[in-house]
Amino acid sequence: MDFSLSPEVVEFRDEIRSIVREFVTPEIADRMHTTGVFDAPELNLELGRRGILERACPGLGKGDPIEMYVMFNELEKAGAPYDGLAVALMIAAVVNKLGTDEQKERIIPSIISGEALVCMGYSEADFGSDVASIKTRAVKDGDEWVINGSKMWTTLAQVAEWLILLTRTDLDLPKHKGLTMFILPMNTPGITVEPVHTLGTEVTNATWYDDVRVGDEAVLGGENNGWRTMTTVLAFERGVMGGTNAGVPLLRHFHEWAVANGVFDEPTTRERMARSVIDMQVATLLTMRSAWIAASGGMPGLEGSMTKVFAVEAYQRASRWTQATAGPAGLLQFHEEGAAGEGFVEYDARHSPVMSIYGGTTEINRNNIAERHLGLPKSR
Amino acid sequence: MSVDLGLSPDQESIAELFDGFFTNEAPPAVARAAEPLGFDRDLWTKVIELGAPGMGSAPENGGGGASLGDLVVVAETVGRSIAPIPLVDHLAALSLLTDEDLISGESIAGVAVRRADANGVWSLVPTGAVANVVIGIDGDETVVVRSTPPMSGPRNHGSMPIADRSAREGTRIVLGPASLFDVVLDRWKLLTAASLVGIADAAKELGVAYVKEREQFGVPVGSFQAVQHGLADLPVAIDGGRLLTHKAAWALDTVTDGLIDWANNDITDGPALATMALLFAADAAVMATDRSLHYHGGYGFAEEYDIQMYYRRARGWSLILDDPTTVSLSLADRLFGPVEG
Ligand SMILES: Cc1cc2nc3c(=O)[nH]c(=O)nc-3n(C[C@H](O)[C@H](O)[C@H](O)COP(=O)(O)OP(=O)(O)OC[C@H]3O[C@@H](n4cnc5c(N)ncnc54)[C@H](O)[C@@H]3O)c2cc1C
Repeated sequence: MDFSLSPEVVEFRDEIRSIVREFVTPEIADRMHTTGVFDAPELNLELGRRGILERACPGLGKGDPIEMYVMFNELEKAGAPYDGLAVALMIAAVVNKLGTDEQKERIIPSIISGEALVCMGYSEADFGSDVASIKTRAVKDGDEWVINGSKMWTTLAQVAEWLILLTRTDLDLPKHKGLTMFILPMNTPGITVEPVHTLGTEVTNATWYDDVRVGDEAVLGGENNGWRTMTTVLAFERGVMGGTNAGVPLLRHFHEWAVANGVFDEPTTRERMARSVIDMQVATLLTMRSAWIAASGGMPGLEGSMTKVFAVEAYQRASRWTQATAGPAGLLQFHEEGAAGEGFVEYDARHSPVMSIYGGTTEINRNNIAERHLGLPKSR
Repeated sequence: MSVDLGLSPDQESIAELFDGFFTNEAPPAVARAAEPLGFDRDLWTKVIELGAPGMGSAPENGGGGASLGDLVVVAETVGRSIAPIPLVDHLAALSLLTDEDLISGESIAGVAVRRADANGVWSLVPTGAVANVVIGIDGDETVVVRSTPPMSGPRNHGSMPIADRSAREGTRIVLGPASLFDVVLDRWKLLTAASLVGIADAAKELGVAYVKEREQFGVPVGSFQAVQHGLADLPVAIDGGRLLTHKAAWALDTVTDGLIDWANNDITDGPALATMALLFAADAAVMATDRSLHYHGGYGFAEEYDIQMYYRRARGWSLILDDPTTVSLSLADRLFGPVEG
């Protein structure tokens, strides 16, 4: 195996590192925790302006396919608010793969310039893991589709320009077959957004759709083909677009605090830290594998599940022991005197639980591995 | 393009050759028959015919010139079959030894993974019962000693041919300073890690096959989600361990002055990666054998079933170096710098 990056990719990575140094300031990190929007428009615009998003977007054919992994890995390790960008670029890739030429021309430029964000409306109040059972309806009315229903956890809906929306278009077909995905502007009349506050400061949303009217130009990937679109999204989401090295900035913040407070010489701390460094390496290697499969033209759905199961639990382990080792200082929040890791130790303990829930829970991913990798009978 | 995480065509053939060889020549019954010593001379003779003992040695010395990545592939097949031959240690020892009878495999080389005590005794050398030549540290020197192997040793958990060996009695050659031995130990850790990945993989296969067959409540026990989820973690740990082991091989093979930038998760230092791979693969092998044994129910505890042999070796092959905490702390020194004062 070859783990080296080509000189061009190293140059690309270094460019991202220099942008990160300039743009990912403590103020930006602060802002994400006060607004609850995990996005930095100025960073996105700079990455767009320099052509980096276009280069990294899978399928546009502009750069080494491993560059998308490299970009998100750098942003994540730096602790940048990149969630908005990750979703946007993932959807750009899906539009590129499944969209019509007209959709590609209309939608992709707004994303790879770093201007537009996308939010994802799949989950509903009553359907999360069983997302193929969603009830939001799209009904054909002449040349138009009329959409009615509601979604839960529509993260970034308060700032996004585009919405990708999973609907039911045929009640008679089996549940996976009667779905259609739409992509439409968020300012389409009939959409309402209400904030939902979370443990991890991120503010997500509940969204409502009342007689939202769109034409066929909004159908993404074909009528009643929504499940295929969904699996394409998930293959990109699980494990390629970041979300797998969240423990790295935590370890860095913790280490600074531990050294300054004389805790880092404790053998227990050193052992735990070494173990977490191993975990982070393995997480990044599994991510790299998914990226490599995607880069070689494959669909790393199963590998993505494997990556996510491991990386999330590694991060949660790191969060658990760093907070415990910090003791009372691990309870103090951002800007409080004496807070371990400047408050990140406390913050990560609030943030880490969500990682095994969104984008497919750990149980759903284990089901996936058991059935598709080990060939065990379906348990449901 | 950057990054290639597949086996090379050569490595695919090596894996196929050795997996095929061990499947035919060393099914678990062979490991079982070789207990408690853990050595089968006939099997070693057959492995010699494959050219395995000198595979990693330089062609100018009559070796096969294989890369560490290739040896990792071989070591994994040894683990998968728990073949009772001292190939991993032999290949590691040969990173410094070029004797013709060792490269051919006619004589066996072993690695004293812990330095000799004050009396010049290497205690519990992993293949000490059968090795004709042992390499290790005595005082502040790397030495190699040729002496008659005892062909027996203490009965042990992993049915390994372990024995104490003298660092002073026999034909002794001083190779250089103690630091010279690092390359042997790095390679030992690397190849042991690979063999533990193999153990984990075989244990997973045994467990999955068993739960598909075994029925309770009228259905295969593998249809119960609790069982499925316990097994689903195994390929993740195995693939992670395999990638980390190959990364360590790649770094030891091709990177000089590698990075230890853990704060950016950028590590290309071969020795650090080899230790990381060993710790991770040991955990993976322990977890895989624990769970696989457990999902066999009572039969997993029966001597007659093979999983218990994997269970014992998963512990034996890794703990023979030292307790994992000590190994982790030495890794911590390399990653974070030593404790001051
Ligand atoms: C902060 C946040 C942001 C999110 N952002 C978005 C977004 O932008 N867009 C979007 O569409 N969704 C989003 N989600 C929703 C997310 O994808 C769902 O929460 C997730 O899929 C789980 O669904 P659920 O919450 O309904 O839990 P449920 O499906 O009700 O699950 C409850 C528990 O049961 C377990 N479980 C369920 N089914 C099985 C099974 N078959 N086998 C074993 N265990 C099972 C689950 O693992 C879980 O532990 C977000 C969620 C959060 C918390």
